Amino acid sequence: MFGWLFDPANWSGTTGIPVRLLEHALYTFATLLIAAAIAIPLGAFVGHTGKGGFLIVGLSNALRALPTTAVLILVVLWAGLGDFPVYVALVLLAVPPIMAGTYAGVRAVEPVIVDAARGVGMRESGVLLQVEIPNALPLIYGGFRGAALQVVATATIAAYTGAGGLGRLVFDGLALQEFGQMLAGAVLVALLAVLVDLAFAGLQRLTVSPGLRPVGTGGKR
Amino acid sequence: MTWILENWERFWEVTAVHLRLSVVPVLAGFALAIPLGWWASRSPKARAVLFPLANVLFTIPSIALIVITPVLIGVRILDEINVIVPLVVYTVALMVRSVADALSAVPGHVTAAATAMGYRPLRRFLTVDFPLALPVTIAGLRVATVSNISMVSVGALVGLGGYGQLFTEGYQTDHTEKVLAGLIGTVVLAVLADGVLLLLGRVLTPWARVGR
Repeated sequence: MFGWLFDPANWSGTTGIPVRLLEHALYTFATLLIAAAIAIPLGAFVGHTGKGGFLIVGLSNALRALPTTAVLILVVLWAGLGDFPVYVALVLLAVPPIMAGTYAGVRAVEPVIVDAARGVGMRESGVLLQVEIPNALPLIYGGFRGAALQVVATATIAAYTGAGGLGRLVFDGLALQEFGQMLAGAVLVALLAVLVDLAFAGLQRLTVSPGLRPVGTGGKR
Repeated sequence: MTWILENWERFWEVTAVHLRLSVVPVLAGFALAIPLGWWASRSPKARAVLFPLANVLFTIPSIALIVITPVLIGVRILDEINVIVPLVVYTVALMVRSVADALSAVPGHVTAAATAMGYRPLRRFLTVDFPLALPVTIAGLRVATVSNISMVSVGALVGLGGYGQLFTEGYQTDHTEKVLAGLIGTVVLAVLADGVLLLLGRVLTPWARVGR
């Protein structure tokens, strides 16, 4: 594996490791952006109004049982090869955990805090955007980071239908019976997963109010 | 749906393989997670090692683990063990925490009472601690089972059996119905397995319903 991984020839050109890494990272971040844009407003709205909660939970669980491979292949058969099927499959994978995390986070904000926000004259939009969502951030990040790990890992499968990303190394290696290349792909995906999680952990530290951190790492209100 | 009816024998065959490849790892992983979870519930040091390790194992993509396993244990890539071992790893990683949390949540006065009544440690664990930990444990087992059933399909990408075979064959022959059949099979199997575990949990913990 190290022979393949550290061979300079594999680090250059349009099919080199850096290009594959970038493709993989692009799939991941674009998917997470789209999924967050769908899931956070939905989860927050349902969490805020309290209506349709069972629908959100039920839908999340049903989507979780959906095999991503099958979704990817179905969309390829319907819409043709390319990046579009990859995004459909990965977004469907990422939406449930983000939506469930946002919903649970907003529901879990203490009613006293929400009442206080209304009491000082905030509009409903202010209550949601300035009070409930900031307070729900730890759980929203929980769902988001879970989704990020799943998307990094699963984006590997995109290569099965000819798309790019680190999965190329795994599937090309498999086709050529080159275990070194397959292993290199597998290890790079796992490394990328750890890096992405660390990056979001850092972002979480920067954006979550220090008052919400667990006791011991910065005090609690 | 017509594909399923017209190819009932084939569908039944892949269903059986899929079920075997997802249930065996759940049972094996659960059996391994009980002693590890028990250890983690008693020793903070064990927790400090096992929980982060479980998190790291969980970040390894399933296709990667399926591809690495034959190299690590020295079998051919088309051996079913290459799906079973990764799924056992994921199940253990998930269940260690469930079992540890569940055992930690057993009230101290209950275990103390059992000890005072003369229960030896093993008998106390089997007849007091473990049954009381069942509701939380089974909740974890349901998550592990559903995710296993969904993950077995990945094995087909390297040529292994189960519903995933319908996905790859459907893809290669441009046969949408075949892919849909596998997708429906996976979701139905996941929902059924989840329901069975939910029922099992109710039957095994009749005391949880008393007073409601």
